[in-house]
Amino acid sequence: MELLLNIVIYLPLFGALLLLFIRRDGWVRWTSFFITTATFLLSLPLLFQFDISITGTAQYLTVGEPFLGDWDVKYIVGLDGLSMLLFMLTTFMAPIVVLSSWSSITKHVAGFYSMLLILQTGSLGVFAALDLFMFYIFFELTQIPMFFLIGIWGGEDRIYATVKFFIYTLVGWLLMLVALIYVGYAAGNMVNDGVFTTDWRLITSPEFQLGLVEQTWLFLAFGFAFCIKIPIFPFHSWLPLAHTEAPTAGSVVLAAIALKMGTYAVLRYLIPLFPNAAIAFAPMFAVLGVIGIIYGALVAMVQKDVKKLVAYSSISHLGFVVLGMFAFNTTAAQGAIIQMVNHGLSTGALFIIVGMLYERRHSRLIADFGGVAKMMPVLTVMFMIATLASIGLPGLNGFVGEFLILVGTFNSGVLGSYWYAVLAALGVILAAGYMLWMFQRVMFGPVTHDENKKLTDINAREIALLVPIMIFIVWIGIRPTDFTRYSEAQVMWMLEDTQTRAEGIAQNAASEKLPVWAERLYDVTPQLALETDKLTEKPINIDQTRIEEFEYESTMNREH
Amino acid sequence: MESANELLTILPLIIIGAAGLIVMMLDAFTGSVRMAYYVTVFFSGAALVAAFSSLFGPTGEAFHSVIVYGGTSAFGMVLVMTGTLFSVILTRDYLEKTGTHIAEVYSMILFASFGMLLLVASNNLLTVFLGIETMSISLYVLAGLVRDRKQGVEAALKYFLLGAFATGFLLYGIALLYGASGSTFLVEIAATENKGMIYWAGVGLLLVGFFFKVSAVPFHMWTPDVYQGAPTTITAFMATASKAAAFVAFILVLSRALPEARDGWGDVIWLFAIFTMVVGNILALVQDNVKRMLAYSSIAHAGYIMIGLAAGTAAAYGAVLFYLFAYTLMNIGAFGVVAYYEWHKGYDFTDVKNYSGLGFQQPVMGVLMAVFLFSMVGIPPFAGFIGKYRVFAAAVDEGLISLVVVGVLASAASVYYYLRVLVQLYMKENETGITLTRPGTVYTAALLLMGLLTLYFGVNPGVLTDLLGSFKYVGY
Repeated sequence: MELLLNIVIYLPLFGALLLLFIRRDGWVRWTSFFITTATFLLSLPLLFQFDISITGTAQYLTVGEPFLGDWDVKYIVGLDGLSMLLFMLTTFMAPIVVLSSWSSITKHVAGFYSMLLILQTGSLGVFAALDLFMFYIFFELTQIPMFFLIGIWGGEDRIYATVKFFIYTLVGWLLMLVALIYVGYAAGNMVNDGVFTTDWRLITSPEFQLGLVEQTWLFLAFGFAFCIKIPIFPFHSWLPLAHTEAPTAGSVVLAAIALKMGTYAVLRYLIPLFPNAAIAFAPMFAVLGVIGIIYGALVAMVQKDVKKLVAYSSISHLGFVVLGMFAFNTTAAQGAIIQMVNHGLSTGALFIIVGMLYERRHSRLIADFGGVAKMMPVLTVMFMIATLASIGLPGLNGFVGEFLILVGTFNSGVLGSYWYAVLAALGVILAAGYMLWMFQRVMFGPVTHDENKKLTDINAREIALLVPIMIFIVWIGIRPTDFTRYSEAQVMWMLEDTQTRAEGIAQNAASEKLPVWAERLYDVTPQLALETDKLTEKPINIDQTRIEEFEYESTMNREH
Repeated sequence: MESANELLTILPLIIIGAAGLIVMMLDAFTGSVRMAYYVTVFFSGAALVAAFSSLFGPTGEAFHSVIVYGGTSAFGMVLVMTGTLFSVILTRDYLEKTGTHIAEVYSMILFASFGMLLLVASNNLLTVFLGIETMSISLYVLAGLVRDRKQGVEAALKYFLLGAFATGFLLYGIALLYGASGSTFLVEIAATENKGMIYWAGVGLLLVGFFFKVSAVPFHMWTPDVYQGAPTTITAFMATASKAAAFVAFILVLSRALPEARDGWGDVIWLFAIFTMVVGNILALVQDNVKRMLAYSSIAHAGYIMIGLAAGTAAAYGAVLFYLFAYTLMNIGAFGVVAYYEWHKGYDFTDVKNYSGLGFQQPVMGVLMAVFLFSMVGIPPFAGFIGKYRVFAAAVDEGLISLVVVGVLASAASVYYYLRVLVQLYMKENETGITLTRPGTVYTAALLLMGLLTLYFGVNPGVLTDLLGSFKYVGY
């Protein structure tokens, strides 16, 4: 099985090399379809053999030799509850993405598909890597193909979009690289006999305790990188642009898989590595998440371009994921994970459908459509399901994720206020508003443009690629436990482990002298003072009353 | 026998020195450029093999301790010979296509290379000076190789005047250090007790001389003009071999002559590293000419390398040597591709706009350019990333976090000008209407080898980092 995992990760890369030797466009398409389908089928045994009760360690673990000379940086891949679903989502979406660009990509076909396949290996590596350094390498491996996908096969404003996307992401990740090096040395000194290490098992072990001040800075550096990638509200400006200008396949991969790398990294690295800082900054991230939910929804409402609307709805949905992750309880975190999958499915489907409309009509403006349902009944059904899933209609997948997140946030001890949930719920209502309104303007009403009368309904290939997504949208909606069970035990363990380690570090920190801002942020010294107050004053009071009572009683007794 | 063994320790130097004379004679007697080329390639290859095998040999001092061999020096020789051999291979096609293929080029390259080899083997400030002079004078000639080209002559003159000044500073520094310590041997300078005004003035002037040679800001003014004016493959030679040699000599001098003074000059290099990174990257952002852009980018790279020198530990020096290796590979590669595009329209076909839509014509060249540029940006899985990563890591370990943050932000800014080339190559329609011809097999193979090595040492750097980690850098 260890070998199988590696085969699944590298098969697409092998496919990309294979494409170098194929000249005919048709063969290129079939080869990539075959490779991605084989990847998906080969990944299924990984899912079926997965033991959901194992926590705290990954399964199918491959541990290589240190390859950076004197540093203990190893090739480590494996899957656990956090990554299993996202890994499967990635292998599942790949053949669909290949099919979706079957007829829309006509120039440099081999280049296009090899970029998609390299991207696939990078994404699978990101989800399977269990070494921070390997994670970084796989992540960057996804950036290069994405840069070309948007830049070569994108829309009119593609160059601005792709350069902005690339530089924006890289700034955050380079700063993270400095923090990563710091963590590597610190971990080396604490848990690895002084040898630089970024092994996930070591950097999340209880013996690895970063001081509170260090944690704050490192957390902010890592958080900044992940905020850009997710993207969280003030760092989101690259996303609508990149989404809109990317070709359909690029938008789908970006929405379904690439954005998940940010949220996944938060769960995998940000929270476990810096537990105290994560808890201290949780309200801030939750606020940004809520702002993202409402802001994304409001901006989506006024969009004239369908693709931009879907892009902004992404920001709104990812706000939910962020909120769920920083609520620090199992319900919300489970909701966040399933919401990542849901967003991948429903937003992926929406981008594919918008792409199909664009291929026929060469426009994405809502005003150019109207009454399309008459010409394209099959597409209308698919579009409706994806729309309703995106809104979060009970019975479809979107509801499950959002509901779990809202319930978890409502009861969150770390956030300590139900207002987060109340405001976030507003986002669901707004979603219904902008999605349904868009759907109505595009699909229903009279046919106002003559060009639309000639639209043909989707063909067998297009139906075949949408139906699997629809099946999973309904399946997750009806039986969510079939999916959530994979992550449940691991999430529960991870949150408990994080709490315990946070408490351990806080106790050790209480004896140290901290700067004033850190004391306030982590509430260290005031709490200590309060506890000593309790210890010194209250027992005395109680004792005195008791003594008084005792004296009183004894005098009474004596009198008797 | 003792002296014969000593000669063996400088085998690459002997090979290259002999080759330089042979090529000059060949040119005078036969006038065959082709033969000069083959002889040059043969001897450079032999010197590369000799340098490579000395990597695993013993280390020590020779010729009354004016020369060191093995370890850092051997690696420096490998860098210099890699740069020389591949620049020579690229030079033939380029000069033939641009119509200035003359045999003197090869003898000048060999003499410059001789100077560089001497420089990386020096254990005495006078050897340093000899090496730098031999190298520089040959490079002045090479810069002005195309005599009827205005930029070429300007480049040569500018290089010569500024270089002469810099050498003056260097020599003055050496003289002052001799005055303070009574010796020009690196180790004896380190042992001096007399660290007064004269000593520090000497150290300062010595640093200025080196800063000029590695083109650190504010001693970088010559770099863009010379890089642009010189024939492109000669630029590749200057940018890789001479810079690598200067940095290796810098490491030798810093680690052996000034180990105690680390606290003193560490801060100086810290400051100049920041200047170099920031100014190099900012000026590169506004360049339209690709050669000029690469010149400023090489200034920026010098800045990143100086982060390692500022850290000044054995790990940092190892990281710097790795960086120089990666830098040599990707710069030869990038200039090679630039030279290839350039020869289709003669000189000065190097504006970034000229490259529009060329990436898909002759895809091998386009892909190689992408590999080299991404490696320069410092993106895994290419060697440039590992180099940057190790240099930054060594500095973080020494607590120079603010310096590393500046470096990281500067390299984030650098992404823009590297991507600009790729945007033109791949994302614009062809505007110049030129059709690329197939490059020669040897030319392609040389660049392909550079690309594969860039990838290989990005994926499996352990081979090299283990070797570099085994060197003794400080006070041996």
